[in-house]
Amino acid sequence: MAVVGQVLRSEWTKIRSVRSTVWTLGTAAVVTLVTGVLICTLVRKDFDSMPEQRQLSFDATNISFAGMGLGQLAMIVFGVLVVSNEYSTGMIRSSLAAVPQRGVFLFCKLAVATALVFVVGLVTSFATFFAGQTALGEHRAYLGDPGVLRAVIGGGLYMAMMALFSMAVATMLRSPMLSLGILMPFFFLVSSILGNVSATQKVGRYLPDQAGSRIMQVVTPVNDATPYGPWGGFTIMVGWTVAALVVGYVLLNRRDA
Amino acid sequence: MIELRGLTKHYGDTVAVDHLTFTVRPGIVTGFLGPNGAGKSTTMRMMLGLDKPTAGTVRIDGKHYRQLKNPLTYVGALLDAKAMHGGRSAANHLLCLAQSNGIPRARVGEVLDLVGLASVAGKRSKGFSLGMGQRLGIAAALLGNPRVLLFDEPVNGLDPEGIHWIRNLMKNLAAQGRTVFVSSHLMSEMALTAEHLVVIGQGRLLADTSMAEFIEQNSRSYVRVRSPERERLLTMLYREGMRVFAGEAGALEVDGVPAERLGELAAAERLVLHELSPQQASLEEAFMQLTAGVVEYHARNGGGPPPTVQGGGPVRSAVPQGAMSRGPAPAGWGTDRQWQRKRS
Repeated sequence: MAVVGQVLRSEWTKIRSVRSTVWTLGTAAVVTLVTGVLICTLVRKDFDSMPEQRQLSFDATNISFAGMGLGQLAMIVFGVLVVSNEYSTGMIRSSLAAVPQRGVFLFCKLAVATALVFVVGLVTSFATFFAGQTALGEHRAYLGDPGVLRAVIGGGLYMAMMALFSMAVATMLRSPMLSLGILMPFFFLVSSILGNVSATQKVGRYLPDQAGSRIMQVVTPVNDATPYGPWGGFTIMVGWTVAALVVGYVLLNRRDA
Repeated sequence: MIELRGLTKHYGDTVAVDHLTFTVRPGIVTGFLGPNGAGKSTTMRMMLGLDKPTAGTVRIDGKHYRQLKNPLTYVGALLDAKAMHGGRSAANHLLCLAQSNGIPRARVGEVLDLVGLASVAGKRSKGFSLGMGQRLGIAAALLGNPRVLLFDEPVNGLDPEGIHWIRNLMKNLAAQGRTVFVSSHLMSEMALTAEHLVVIGQGRLLADTSMAEFIEQNSRSYVRVRSPERERLLTMLYREGMRVFAGEAGALEVDGVPAERLGELAAAERLVLHELSPQQASLEEAFMQLTAGVVEYHARNGGGPPPTVQGGGPVRSAVPQGAMSRGPAPAGWGTDRQWQRKRS
């Protein structure tokens, strides 16, 4: 049996020794932060002209995470590349010859990559929160307010889970082009269309990103009929991820490398 | 030691590897020979547990590959030079492999030095030439100081200096008592490195023999004779009980008789000769004959188990009715004498 500690260390070397890691994670952090601050600045100027109902249900915390929708795309790219690069470069044959226990190989790779995304995501989340709240000025929320700390940590969890889901999908599909070609339009377009059209809203809110992003909400919108709370939503996202992981693992174990 | 028992691999309806049974022994270089598409790479991938056999087993020192703890310290393999991430430096590529098998970090520098890549250790392998990539692949194979080494077409794309280096490396590794298994589709290359030979064609075992034996049985020497009076010459040769084959442009090829004797015979018969020249068929030719005949051989033998060279010998292409066959006749081809007689 391959020793898990050895394989974890090996996977860490793999991740830190390619440039795409810095590029994708850096882009995710910067895009999330900059977009968040930009939206917060605009909202602050607009606040007084907003209808009263929207002012009452104003979620200062969630507004600062407005850039997450864009930033997550870079996280998806990171997740896809971590796995599919093994296949597109042929490295997978060296990797599996070194670690023939495919479950150990996959678990260690995904664990290291997800842990890294969580750390980067958490730092991004806190930085975005503080920068966004500063931009909001008098309408800001504080970390000590009820639910806010959970939402901010949730931002890191959300990013980690999004990346892990992408890794699982890439394990199934192997090709980076195919994986990105499915994941990017899905999370950038399809999911938000389904979530915003009232006829499909009921389906749309069970999609991984919509359910999962609930964890970053502090104030429930008025007339919101979502049947789950922040943790319920995140659990739905975890469910999607686990399902994708199981399929990915079964395929990896069965396929020729 | 690598043991294959009835190893079989199907891809849908295609049979890539068909009941391969042989043993690769330590201390010598074993050549694994076959034309492109014969199933060499598939066989090697199954040895490493990368592809799952449809049937049969491979054992390395008595164990399945997946049962090996830190497999790189048992088996080192060069499958293809491209089995690496181009964006990673040579040193980091080796480091991540070393770490996964608990091999000390210092070993990375050692193998880079050994293959002559120490000066580009920090460079990304994307910019490497084919030969450098091949050397890095060999460094990865040597990383765990393994007792068993597999090389799939290691000389592909190497310059003469690199080829020379690889040949010596493989011989040295074998001389240290390691098991060295190297595939190639070039007989001439194998003749220079391998002591033992395993030949496959269309996934089936064609020969499992020592190189010396293979050369002895397959390197045919003959004498080419050309005469304007071809029929008279033939009659004479058959009367003497000689093995004759049709050569190019009406020439005749006579086996196992020195040129001197043929000249004397012709002189006694007052036959005009336009050519009388001793010839040596290459090993490459013998190998091509061996692998080209696979299908026909099995058709004629009712699908029996494939014989070794020792037992049956290579097979020539079909013998046209009323015409003489062309091509070399290996010495082991004893049972075929009848048709030569019958023809005359």
